Amino acid sequence: MNSWIDHLIVVPIALPMVVGGLMLLLGDRRRTLKVSLNILSTLCLLGVAIAILLMVDAGDSGGPWPGSLAVYLVSNWSAPYGISLVADRLTALMLVLASLLGLCSLIYATARWDKAGVHFHPLFQFLLMGVNGAFLTGDVFNLFVFFEILLAASYGLVMHGSGWPRVKAGMHYIVINLLASSMFLIGVALIYGVTGTLNMADLARKVPLVAGEDRALLEAGAAILAVAFLAKSAMWPLNFWLPPAYSSASPPVAAIFAILSKVGVYAVLRIWLLLFGEAAASSAGFGSQWLLYGGLITLGIGSVGLLASQELPRLASFSLIVSSGTLLAAISFGQPSVTSGALLYMVSSTLAVGAFFLLAELIDRTQVFGANVLALTMEAFQAEGAIEDTESDEVGVIIPMAMAFLGLAFITCALVIAGLPPLSGFFGKFALLSAAINPEGTPGGEPPGPHVWALVTLVILSGLAALIALSRVGIRVFWAPAERAAPRLRLIEVGPIAVMLGVCVLLAIGMGPAMQYLDKTAAALHAPQGYSHGVLTQPRVPSPTAGEQ
Amino acid sequence: MELILALGIGALTSCGVWLLLRPRTYQVVLGLSILSYGVNLFIFAMGRISIDQAPIKEAGRFASLLQYDDPLPQALVLTAIVISFAMTALFLVVLLASRGLSGTDHVDGKEPDA
Repeated sequence: MNSWIDHLIVVPIALPMVVGGLMLLLGDRRRTLKVSLNILSTLCLLGVAIAILLMVDAGDSGGPWPGSLAVYLVSNWSAPYGISLVADRLTALMLVLASLLGLCSLIYATARWDKAGVHFHPLFQFLLMGVNGAFLTGDVFNLFVFFEILLAASYGLVMHGSGWPRVKAGMHYIVINLLASSMFLIGVALIYGVTGTLNMADLARKVPLVAGEDRALLEAGAAILAVAFLAKSAMWPLNFWLPPAYSSASPPVAAIFAILSKVGVYAVLRIWLLLFGEAAASSAGFGSQWLLYGGLITLGIGSVGLLASQELPRLASFSLIVSSGTLLAAISFGQPSVTSGALLYMVSSTLAVGAFFLLAELIDRTQVFGANVLALTMEAFQAEGAIEDTESDEVGVIIPMAMAFLGLAFITCALVIAGLPPLSGFFGKFALLSAAINPEGTPGGEPPGPHVWALVTLVILSGLAALIALSRVGIRVFWAPAERAAPRLRLIEVGPIAVMLGVCVLLAIGMGPAMQYLDKTAAALHAPQGYSHGVLTQPRVPSPTAGEQ
Repeated sequence: MELILALGIGALTSCGVWLLLRPRTYQVVLGLSILSYGVNLFIFAMGRISIDQAPIKEAGRFASLLQYDDPLPQALVLTAIVISFAMTALFLVVLLASRGLSGTDHVDGKEPDA
């Protein structure tokens, strides 16, 4: 009856594929048409993602998908045999995040970056297709295929605009990711060899049944698979490729790449909780120590990197690493309340880092060439006098609107990334830490272990490091009376940044409903039985000719 | 047969990894290709090795499913081959761009000072 609603799930994959292919046929001349097609398609994706989110959230109370789990059987093959697409609350959330980030960076790119090279628009659509597919798929091998699609598009995009730094960083990025893909395949093959299935829902059911001598093989396979995901989500020591690649990529590309590391985090979250949740018999919690300590070290390295970096894009890259580290360490707790805090932190930090990559370019535009280096040297040699002499001239000068916007946007970014009140970054970190210190069910009973305190300390210290690094840059850019060019900003450059940061502000205001949604998401993630049962019992669509036979 | 296959996968993978760690981009490309051959054979092996067993059910051939080979790894290998082939082609283009821009085929774009 409402079968068209069921087909909504396949739209986030099919639409960008069709539009991307169409744009390839259009050739390289008709730019206006391509820009409008691209924006229209991404807008549709955002609309579809929001619709899926609302309908999935409606769940049992009148929504089309009971149990908040929407399953789409591709080619009408039932679950363990065919490929299934699955949308639950987490998937819907990630779809909205990806298309929102995509739309904002795309609109920003149309100001000038999309003209810097060929095939920006088709590649952008293929990237969105890969990202959406990776979120939607319920099959490990299909996940590999979508990873390859998004990686192939990202190889083109990372070098968009060409130039030696981009090609060099892009080459290293490609080699690392090709190697990670090989690891991915080995892991998938091992898991298939042991369990005989690749469907995630079926895997969750089969893992507890694996016999003793095969269990080591299964765990080895999962660990090799995890290496591929962790390289994507930038866990130390697999993250050295990230700062050069992201900081040399063109700003809108770097902004959309903020979601790519979250694809890795998503894969870890989904597969780890499905395979090694509490139901997994003796394998329960396999690898949680690795996730925890890897995440903590990543967090530490990211904070040091934040303090050490001078250029804005590098600063943004390291905030991405800090965010990945926090998320991986939080996931390793395997505790629903910590996970829901981490999800809130993920949404706000992804948006803020994406906005920061865009903002970095606009801020760089205000700098007269060389002024940056001069300010830095003066800072290093503590040449206070030189700065203060000119300060009196500045009093009473009206800040141009552009500077006011840049300053305001920068402060908002800094507050979200550093996790200070009153914005959503703070609430994310707060929910995460308070849940880690007070696990449910033991009010004041068991004292939190040393790993909890390590997480708390490192998260707070990373916030401090971000605050120091960002305020240092902010003072140098906005307050130091250096010679600066009044920037000319266009609405299509300012708008996307304002929207991304506006969503962070909205998240802080609409905290209650957002947390409710995320709590339900985390609860469902930690109860994988519901997921497997829902996927495996999804009935096939009856054949229209069935009655005639 | 198992031993030969295992040795083959091991040799391909170790050659691939060694070449991958070499400083010339051409060696890196070869390393990636050889590594992907190793991985493909490995996926193949995960479907269990058998002789004279068809992956597709034919009428009147065998009675039991146990006498058939697992078709899924063969499909997976096909996908993996296509993808790794495409990625190698793409990487070759990047390699040429890097060679053109930097004038050297060193992976860091400059010759080590020695």
